[in-house]
Amino acid sequence: MTIIRSTLDTSSETFRDGAATMTANLAALDSASAEAVAGGGEKAVARHRQRGKLTVHERIELLIDRDSPFLELSPIAAWGTEFPVGGSIVTGIGQVSGVECLILANDPTVRGGSTNPWSLKKMLRAQDIARENRLPVINLVESGGADLPTQKDIFVPGGAMFRNLTQLSRAGIPTISIVFGNSTAGGAYLPGMSDQVIMIEERSKVFLAGPPLVKAATGEIADDESLGGAAMHARVSGLADHYAVDEQDALRLGRRVVARLNWHKAGPAPRGDIRPPRYSPEELLGIVPSDLKIPFDPREVIARVVDDSDFDEFKVNYGSSLVTGWAQVHGYPVGVLANARGVLFSAEAQKAAQFIQLANRYDTPLLFLHNTTGYMVGKEYEQGGIIKHGSMMINAVANSTVPHISVLMGASYGAGHYGMCGRAYDPRFVFSWPSARCAVMGGAQLAEVTYSVSKASALAQGKPFDDEAATMQRDLIERQITAESMPMFMSGRVYDDGVIDPRDTRTVLGLSLSAIHSAPVEGTDAFGVFRM
Amino acid sequence: MATTNPQITSVLVANRGEIARRVFATCRRRGLATVAVFSDADANAPFVHEADAAVRLPGHAPAETYLRGDLIIDAARRAGADAIHPGYGFLSENAEFAQAVLDAGLTWIGPPPAAITSMGSKVESKALMAAAGVPVLTRLEREAITEAELPVLIKASAGGGGRGMRIVRDLADLDSEMANAAREAGSAFGDATVFVERYIETGRHVEVQVMADAHGTVWALGERECSIQRRHQKVIEEAPSPVVDAVGGTMRDDLLTAARAAAAAVGYVGAGTVEFLANDQGEFWFLEMNTRLQVEHPVTENVTGLDLVNLQLDMAEGHRLDGSEPSLRGHSIEARLYAEDPMDDYAPQIGIIDRFEVPGVSAEFEVLDTVGLRLDSGIEDGGEVGTHYDAMVAKVITWAPTREEAASHLAQALERTQLHGLRSNRELLVGILTDADFLAGRFDTGFLSAEKVETLTTGASNVAEPGMFHLAAALADAALARQGGAFGADLPSGWRNVVSAFQTRAYTTSAGESVEVGYRLGRAGLEVADGVLPEGAGVQLIEATPQRVRLEIDGVIRPFTVNRYGTTSDAGDAGGVRIFVDAPIGSVTLEEVPRYVDPASVVAAGSLVAPMPGAVIRVAVEPGDHVMAGQPLLWLEAMKMEHQISANVDGVVAEVRVTVGQQVEPGQVIVVVDDGEQATSTQEESHE
Repeated sequence: MTIIRSTLDTSSETFRDGAATMTANLAALDSASAEAVAGGGEKAVARHRQRGKLTVHERIELLIDRDSPFLELSPIAAWGTEFPVGGSIVTGIGQVSGVECLILANDPTVRGGSTNPWSLKKMLRAQDIARENRLPVINLVESGGADLPTQKDIFVPGGAMFRNLTQLSRAGIPTISIVFGNSTAGGAYLPGMSDQVIMIEERSKVFLAGPPLVKAATGEIADDESLGGAAMHARVSGLADHYAVDEQDALRLGRRVVARLNWHKAGPAPRGDIRPPRYSPEELLGIVPSDLKIPFDPREVIARVVDDSDFDEFKVNYGSSLVTGWAQVHGYPVGVLANARGVLFSAEAQKAAQFIQLANRYDTPLLFLHNTTGYMVGKEYEQGGIIKHGSMMINAVANSTVPHISVLMGASYGAGHYGMCGRAYDPRFVFSWPSARCAVMGGAQLAEVTYSVSKASALAQGKPFDDEAATMQRDLIERQITAESMPMFMSGRVYDDGVIDPRDTRTVLGLSLSAIHSAPVEGTDAFGVFRM
Repeated sequence: MATTNPQITSVLVANRGEIARRVFATCRRRGLATVAVFSDADANAPFVHEADAAVRLPGHAPAETYLRGDLIIDAARRAGADAIHPGYGFLSENAEFAQAVLDAGLTWIGPPPAAITSMGSKVESKALMAAAGVPVLTRLEREAITEAELPVLIKASAGGGGRGMRIVRDLADLDSEMANAAREAGSAFGDATVFVERYIETGRHVEVQVMADAHGTVWALGERECSIQRRHQKVIEEAPSPVVDAVGGTMRDDLLTAARAAAAAVGYVGAGTVEFLANDQGEFWFLEMNTRLQVEHPVTENVTGLDLVNLQLDMAEGHRLDGSEPSLRGHSIEARLYAEDPMDDYAPQIGIIDRFEVPGVSAEFEVLDTVGLRLDSGIEDGGEVGTHYDAMVAKVITWAPTREEAASHLAQALERTQLHGLRSNRELLVGILTDADFLAGRFDTGFLSAEKVETLTTGASNVAEPGMFHLAAALADAALARQGGAFGADLPSGWRNVVSAFQTRAYTTSAGESVEVGYRLGRAGLEVADGVLPEGAGVQLIEATPQRVRLEIDGVIRPFTVNRYGTTSDAGDAGGVRIFVDAPIGSVTLEEVPRYVDPASVVAAGSLVAPMPGAVIRVAVEPGDHVMAGQPLLWLEAMKMEHQISANVDGVVAEVRVTVGQQVEPGQVIVVVDDGEQATSTQEESHE
């Protein structure tokens, strides 16, 4: 047992300043989340309720086990786009009849629950999470289908939705659909591809073509009920396996279906006797300075996240700008890689490559805590083989088969983002703190690069260089890049699984690790060629 | 004769419940073997398990079992008992039975049959007492009763326990009430003789415990006051009597002298009680003599330090009462805990007692020698209160140097008592024991008027803030819910990264109201939805486990214990679990509302369900009949009472699901009336 000794000075100006910035950012995040929860707005929700329907969050609350936690994923998808925040769908991991499930639920108050490009991205991400972590899937369906004006961005890639469902089923991951309303045309394949389907009396409408389309196509006159009502599907077509009298009954039946899945998690159970960290998670508010140029010790974060603040460091004296070591979160063992001073040198890269291999030998999941500006540049470092060493780290990360979780605490720039298992490296989960920044490089840096490149180009071509215009251009670019590297923007694009309150980190990791352990946890000894 | 009595070695108790246990306790202390007799309903009762031997009396009704003297004497013979103790009630004052016991060569632990006979007839006994100089209320001849004598009291000659008693205030009612009383007396005691006497409205019930040996010594072991009665049944008994203390002078001596004279007049042997009606001026009149041990004997035991059952055994063996009458010490109060609903005309509550726990009990079936709490109980956790016998659960008794201390100790103990499963008169008892008039000794047999019962009961159940109990139940249930499942219990309860709603749990209160508790455990601690606690109440959660919750409410930490009974399935979704929340400030009973409505369980609108278990005695309608709301449809007999089931809507009888003689269970649908509306009820509003 090695308890981290915290030296955090919560009375320092840096801390108070960081906490103030964080608090302001959290308020902005909360209002974005609230906007998503509000769905289609007061009027649309009122109309929805008038029809005797539950809102999407109410449906989820009534589906999951009472008092169990619920980890909502990509809650602010579509933030910063022309579409409403949330992407007209709610996804998340919750416990249903004692089983962790991945829940996808349309929000019918947002444009009839229609799927826009962000909804699609969010759904596909949720299906990935279900597949990688072996989480049974429950679809709470009520959607008007594709958002037709943006069909070009949906139609072709959208087919994956149905392919994924049947592939999940093939992989032995149960899929259940509860149809609350319309699920027509392409949407009909959601129940169609599910293992078990629950429909609701006089509510569910599942058909390939509705009355007007049928009439136009074949001249047949038919009503909705006979084309795709719950009673018809339960008694005639057999598409409905369970017939519910109302929404709460459907959710009750859904819980009974899950209760009978005979589901067992394939990963090891958490260790018992779980102790909370010895330091207050409240202090996570101020650890990240408001100016990311000021480094911070990630051990202060680890001390407030891992069980009992107990952390056994590996190679403590080597490559000290990357902290590596072993800990446990909510009883699940993890290997931690955390940037200490931003820059990754050759030593840090090699240390990481070795540590990742060890975690694979020990079947131990890895936790990446990002605060990196990238790999070191300069003659000395290039000659020292920084490319080879950086590649070793990326090779190790890319081929590692133990589950990875990334948390972007501060900077996550350049190849450092890749080496620390950025989204493209398929971590099981990626979360950002409101203090995170993610881009190819910092905004100011990038703007400076564009400025100097254009200046050099002008000079080389002997053209006049309008320094005033170029400086204006540089400031514009800096502002744009900075805005686009902000966590809410990134989260809006579904590049992470959510922006989280730093104080929730331990809980979010606990829930993620619990979900991860639905699947087996197995390392590998197969990596690409490590260039020496 | 008495001196030749052989030594007793094995005692059969011809009774049940707490009194059987009480007698056994003394027998064990004396080294005597114990024999129980039991009806089928009592097969698993504690007194049966505790006895060294037990003999079954087949059947349930008293007439088939505890009133069958022949079977009981046969049981004694078979089990090798050489003595029979009758307890109280049943055959305890039946001279024929006493004689039969003696004739069988067994020792009768009770007075001589002749004394029973003399005192058993209230008419004869009064004459005897008057002759012995004991003050008596004169019996009124029917013909002599005029307006001037009203009100009058009709009593069963062979009666006791209030049965066959009637108060008549209107001359026109006299004959019918006499007939009713006679019928009731006939069915209860096998003797329909009734008589009428002046009714002392503001009377106080004072009685003297006597103990007489076979050699002419009669001890009067102080008096008891039992004026707190409901329907002529004692509820609170105490020794000494506040009215005797208040009157002072020679009243106590006069009473004791009269009691000794009464016992001597009939050649009494053993334990008996001479009952008097007294007034606040110190006058008193002989009522009757109970020729047996009384329910309330423990208060006398506590103030005398004597084990009265032990003395009964001594007397039965022919021993002498040695020395002088014992002196009295301190004050003792007994409260009878009944499974009944005082707010519903004392309707007996039948069913399972899931848990019965009186905290701080220092003695059971034993004299209290120091300040403390005595419990004489016939029931244990999981025991059943049935329809066949008395609904008394237990007697809780205190002793203390002063009346005030004894009353407050007893009130406290009752308040903290956990009695789960059935409604009881506990709140009423607490209400009485903390009532200013009671504490000041200002009361009489009319103390428990209907209004007073309501005030006292609601006052004592004045769980000032039921919301905190509901909240405690919800938080305990939440803690229970978090024990299982995939997400480990150490992950925060009900955690959300995106907050949208409160967690909710719904309960039905004992008053039948629905309460919904919304709560959330967030970073700021416990948040409670509006409407659960009074506006502005500050609440913090200190600790919550499935069995215990500690809440800080407006700066005061309060502990709550939570117990659950009944089975549930589907992770608590199915509801139906009964939850008892106990705190030092009171108790609340709740029933969990199912999380979902299972359509299969929805009762058709217009269905009438049985309100209680009982037998159908008459059906007035058949399918197709047009009925009006309120029209009687059928009658159930339960707890010796007829209950009318009336139509709840205008309509046509669609179904009659029962036949005469059929036994029904509470909640069972018995009749369906179609009111022409849609037949099934909707449940759109039923979930959160």
